[in-house]
Amino acid sequence: MSLVITDLCIARGGIPVLDGLSFTLEPGQALILRGPNGSGKTTLLRTIAGLQPPISGQMEGGEDTIAYAGHSDGIKPTLTVTENLTFWASVFGTKSISNALKAFDLELLCDRPAGELSAGQKRRLGLSRMLVTGRPIWVLDEPTVSLDVKSVAMFATAVRAHLGQGGSALIATHIDLGLDCEVLEVGPFKAKPPAIEDFDGGFL
Amino acid sequence: MNALLLRDLRLALRAGGGFGLGLAFFLILTVMVPLSVGPQPALLASIAPGVLWLGALLACLLSLDRLLALDWEDGSLDLLATAPLPLESVVSIKALAHWITTGLPLVLAAPVLGVLLNLPVGGFKWVVISLLLGTPALSVIGTFGAALTVGLKRGGLLMSLLVMPLYLPTLIFGAEVARRGAIGMEVQTPLLMLAGISAASIALLPFASAAVLRINLR
Repeated sequence: MSLVITDLCIARGGIPVLDGLSFTLEPGQALILRGPNGSGKTTLLRTIAGLQPPISGQMEGGEDTIAYAGHSDGIKPTLTVTENLTFWASVFGTKSISNALKAFDLELLCDRPAGELSAGQKRRLGLSRMLVTGRPIWVLDEPTVSLDVKSVAMFATAVRAHLGQGGSALIATHIDLGLDCEVLEVGPFKAKPPAIEDFDGGFL
Repeated sequence: MNALLLRDLRLALRAGGGFGLGLAFFLILTVMVPLSVGPQPALLASIAPGVLWLGALLACLLSLDRLLALDWEDGSLDLLATAPLPLESVVSIKALAHWITTGLPLVLAAPVLGVLLNLPVGGFKWVVISLLLGTPALSVIGTFGAALTVGLKRGGLLMSLLVMPLYLPTLIFGAEVARRGAIGMEVQTPLLMLAGISAASIALLPFASAAVLRINLR
């Protein structure tokens, strides 16, 4: 299943941030989004994940195929690592969480309450959720925040394995993941400031 | 869906989950009312059904704050919105979990606390029945209020003000069932109205809650 984005225009808080964006994400392919802070990477990923509608443009192939991971991991501090992961596995209708625990080296931590994990361990738990979704397109927003070098390599390995199984990944990141993939610079697609007569668009 | 319900129940029962919050508030209120009213058993008996209903309603209101806000804060609401579960069923399950952890304990505690308020013997049955019928509406309406204010930090004040007028019909008819039952009057009319309010809320409000949640998550 490939994701086709055509002439997309997206807005945050009623103000267009990116305009005229087009790309295709084929199975087995990863695409890295780059751009300075505030350039609209998160807004783009949230739009593609279906959390907000675009202003204009088409998105095809994203229906029920996307697993999204944002800045927050959605981890419940009073549940254990296993309970957190099992919950997402059953929401997405998959059975086994052992692969996910293994891929992110969480096996020794599996009975700990997630609230007692370190920031990096929490992030690893958040990322391991992608493996239990069973969905082909991963949409990841700065996945490597608070990860150490070893964990970043672990994440890169998981992404490579996912691509190898015919999945694809769209990743917004500022660091080099060591993946062999294309890079999309969002800077050139910056939307023009809205015209003056349009000023109350943000309130609608 | 079962997984979400089990998760919410488990979270409510774990430390800091707020399971006892509504119940403790209900207990405090019903213990304090007789002390503030003074030694007037007849007056207490006549206000008992209304006080029990008001206590249950406020206890419900108190626990709404965390119904969706916690999931929003830690990002799970975004993830649930992109999961295969429709948001309508997510909010329905959340309301059900809220009812099981808050509404149901209140229903069970009400007859015990009714003793403190000198509730007439005939009233116990109707207090329990009216709360059993009315508290689901309180949970569902409350979930709608929580969905309206989900993006706001410390949105509790606004939510209480928004939810209060929506709670009024439930309170009026629920307390009326209990009052009429306690003094041995016919309860059919307010009972049917109460059942109608609950049925309509359960049938319609999840769609409204899911719609406002979609807007608030943008």
